[in-house]
Amino acid sequence: MTGTTGAALGAPAERREGRQKVTGAARYAAEYAPPGRVHAWPVPAAVARGRVTGVDTSAALALPGVLAVLTPSDAAGLAAPEDGTLAVLRTPDVPHRGWCVALAVAETPETARAAARAVRVDYAAKPHDAGPAEGHPDAYEPEDVVGQPGRVEYGDPEAAYAAAEVRLDVTYRVPPLHNHPMEPHATTAHWDGDRLTVYTSTQGGTTVRSVLAGMFRLPEERVTVVAEHVGGGFGSKGTPRPDVVLAALAARHTGRPVTLAYPRRYLPTVAGHRAPTVQRLRLGAHPDGRLTALLHEVTTQTSRVNEFVEHAAVVSRVMYATPSLLSTHRVVPLDVPTPSWMRAPGEAPGMYALESAVDELADALGTDPVELRVLNEPRTEPAGGKPFSSRHVVECLREGARRFGWAGRDPRPGIRREGPLLLGTGVAAATYPVQVAPSTATAEARPDGTFVVRINAADIGTGARTVLAQIAADALGVPLDRVRTEVGHSDLPPAPLAGGSSGTASWGWAVHEACARLAAHPEEGPTVRADTTGKADADSPYARHAFGAHFAEVAVDTVTGEIRVRRLLGVYAAGRILNARTARSQFTGAMIMGLGMALTEHSTLDPAFGDFPEADLAAYHVPVQADVPDIEADWIDEHDSHLNPMGSKGIGEIGIVGTAAAIGNAVHHATGIRFRELPLTPDRILAAPPYQG
Amino acid sequence: MNGFGYLRPGSVEEAVEAYAAHPGARYLAGGTNLVDLLKLGVERPGTLIDIGRLPLGTVQELSDGSLRVGATVRNSDLAADPRVRDRYPTLSQALLSGASAQLRNAATTGGNLLQRTRCPYFQDLDKPCNKRVPGSGCGARDGVHRDHAVLGHSEQCIATNPSDMAVALAALDARVELYGPDGTRRLAVADFHRLPGEHPERDTWIRPGELVTGVLLPAATAGVPSAYRKARDRASYAFALASVAVVLRVTDGIVDQVGVAFGGLAHRPWRARHTELALLGAPATPAAFEGAVALELTHAEPLRDNAYKVPLARNLALDVLNRLAPAPATA
Repeated sequence: MTGTTGAALGAPAERREGRQKVTGAARYAAEYAPPGRVHAWPVPAAVARGRVTGVDTSAALALPGVLAVLTPSDAAGLAAPEDGTLAVLRTPDVPHRGWCVALAVAETPETARAAARAVRVDYAAKPHDAGPAEGHPDAYEPEDVVGQPGRVEYGDPEAAYAAAEVRLDVTYRVPPLHNHPMEPHATTAHWDGDRLTVYTSTQGGTTVRSVLAGMFRLPEERVTVVAEHVGGGFGSKGTPRPDVVLAALAARHTGRPVTLAYPRRYLPTVAGHRAPTVQRLRLGAHPDGRLTALLHEVTTQTSRVNEFVEHAAVVSRVMYATPSLLSTHRVVPLDVPTPSWMRAPGEAPGMYALESAVDELADALGTDPVELRVLNEPRTEPAGGKPFSSRHVVECLREGARRFGWAGRDPRPGIRREGPLLLGTGVAAATYPVQVAPSTATAEARPDGTFVVRINAADIGTGARTVLAQIAADALGVPLDRVRTEVGHSDLPPAPLAGGSSGTASWGWAVHEACARLAAHPEEGPTVRADTTGKADADSPYARHAFGAHFAEVAVDTVTGEIRVRRLLGVYAAGRILNARTARSQFTGAMIMGLGMALTEHSTLDPAFGDFPEADLAAYHVPVQADVPDIEADWIDEHDSHLNPMGSKGIGEIGIVGTAAAIGNAVHHATGIRFRELPLTPDRILAAPPYQG
Repeated sequence: MNGFGYLRPGSVEEAVEAYAAHPGARYLAGGTNLVDLLKLGVERPGTLIDIGRLPLGTVQELSDGSLRVGATVRNSDLAADPRVRDRYPTLSQALLSGASAQLRNAATTGGNLLQRTRCPYFQDLDKPCNKRVPGSGCGARDGVHRDHAVLGHSEQCIATNPSDMAVALAALDARVELYGPDGTRRLAVADFHRLPGEHPERDTWIRPGELVTGVLLPAATAGVPSAYRKARDRASYAFALASVAVVLRVTDGIVDQVGVAFGGLAHRPWRARHTELALLGAPATPAAFEGAVALELTHAEPLRDNAYKVPLARNLALDVLNRLAPAPATA
């Protein structure tokens, strides 16, 4: 039912707000300054677990320019939120270090900061348990992970593994990782009588509105949420964070508009993070490489505030044909900050482990890792048995191999030297599920022949405005410059979040429907409203996933243990690519994030204090320009009529999935050593026996 | 906000007088570290004495062939100075390996020498740190200390000095010029920073009120082959896991001048005196280098999670020594 055939879709249309952004005209949440606007600064809990027994605000309130200090119980009158991370200032309990225990409000950010520091908080600290999760007695198997069972098992995998002629039993570790978008979590809130307006940095303004309405006991129409530009989120702004609740609370408390821009240092404990995972992979195979057993067991952790499970084992239900499978999770609640979504939650760490293990199996069998994957290609989805709506991972691997120059690769590890450098290449497959949610949208025909598309979508830097205009233009059968898009405001038709690589598919479906109807039935105009409820969320008889393949070349310095990526290639099969320019940017951006996951990024949960010492961008090592090599991202033409009217799959996350494994596999090819814990920093490399000297 | 006085003295003498009149003041130059510490609340001076406009911003060649680097010469300018690039390449390389281009454009020579450790426990007011609050304890010793010291640390403190520049200066026998209430004095850069011992709150031997006015690069190391190498977690904008500066002159196969200093290993740039002593007068061979470097690193006392620094430092030093040593003449 691919219904769009015009010229706009697929074209490399320029980002519509690009000029505003590079000239500084684009306004972000903290840059809105309603008259009388003041600033808030949080006081983070200084204990890992316990109870606030007293808050002395006298010194803070004595500072000139300080309006108020909010303390535990100031939010007690709000309705309890479903998301425990938003239950700030409701009780004196401290569930983890960094939890907001007070909020200073002052005329300037500097005064608010000084006031926050002058607040004296007394605690009754309790013993805390910050892990590690591995081997923890409180580990349990969650019933549900992202709408799927926590455990999937078929075909007696233990017995099949025990009987396998070739067996591999390996454990991979991924540390805590932080999203660290450029724009911190920030909100400017103001009240006009009993009407609340928030300018906030979010991936989903519709949810922000309903959460605020619920907590502040307001009808939704009295809450306005504006998120015109969002400086990145990578999942950490997928649901409301404490900034929006605290800003609204402080604004009501002081009667002044309040901006709360979370300081960078406080983000690691309040904005969420990718929970660490310990992943045991057992692969049983015939000598020819066909799998007979696949067991993927994940141990991870969550906080005592929310159950969040990094669902890393789910990928093993999708990737390879196997007559027996165990895919399961165990999670431990600890006195630690609450983990949450980070770009490709589950898939990114899961495919790091699975694709590394597959590489190990190829190595053990003496089989080419591309061919081993091709050999184990399933005909239907392994865990569910559904046919795939489209699956072109083999084509991605073949095309990537061709472009990368994989043919003729000498598989022997540790033999390519360039002075002190060891060189190697690696490959890994990628997968990410197709997700789509119901949305509404309107299309209006204007008397001057132009059209306006309205939808409360979030442009988090992906180019949502641009691609929605392209969808609209083709559905309307008009040139792109006749369509204007309005997004990022809760007065617009409600729409789901920019997350799970679902935004464009969900919003685009509604936009397409509204525009197609307006084009076919102008008499219904000038404004047509579409609602895809019942369509977008209908069960599909197909297993729907995007796929891809990553190829990497690395150089490992045997003097320093430093690893540099020399080439990175991603080839994707993600349905129809709707904007070649912004899609490529999302692919390469995610590949860079995968490079960071492989080589540079990590947070360390300090068990003594229960938080992360890496609290700024000097200590949390996001890759810099000099780390990023020649990166190429491309895609194969994939036609899939079982998706949405555009024929598109999501593209925001698949680029990170498998990138770390491709790099890790290249490091093995270079060195002959399997490093099974990320990131591959010099300390890890030099700890290997050959480099101990 | 926290109020503080701000003074802009017209001369070095005025600056030092201003300090004497305002106990607890801090000199401010590029501010790349001090301003961060003010924001964090680690530093809370009553007065900032801005020395950024004092006439300390030039590199002068002295009659004895040495270079005098003013305290407010920017790191980027010093790295690019043709005389520095030509005569003291290790210094230029060290400067360029530090921080980011934007920071190097702002940071000064004196400020670089006086920058504080980046130990995360030092930066977090909610955690114990003997350097920030003497007697409060050390969060890093049993905590996250992969980046911390393996040489010369104490029960009280395992922090490292983060400077790259100071490592090169130490190897080059550079001296710090200080002006204070008692006049001018000079200290070897290698002896300028302290080991933490019982008083980790004191980073250097600077006396209260003394102002770094410059750094002297001696004629004796001018033009001697030298190099700097640094290992880090990412390709740019990261502090050294370990680094080394080497100054090496070999005549007829024999080492007749050598300076070796390590960065990222200790509370100060670590001048490798044992290595130097062993090498001076010895043949410049890989085996000699290996033995001499081992003599220094045998003193290392790694912590639970930073033992990798020892082989890393060894590899760096051997790499640079072997690179600087002229290839033996072939028969």
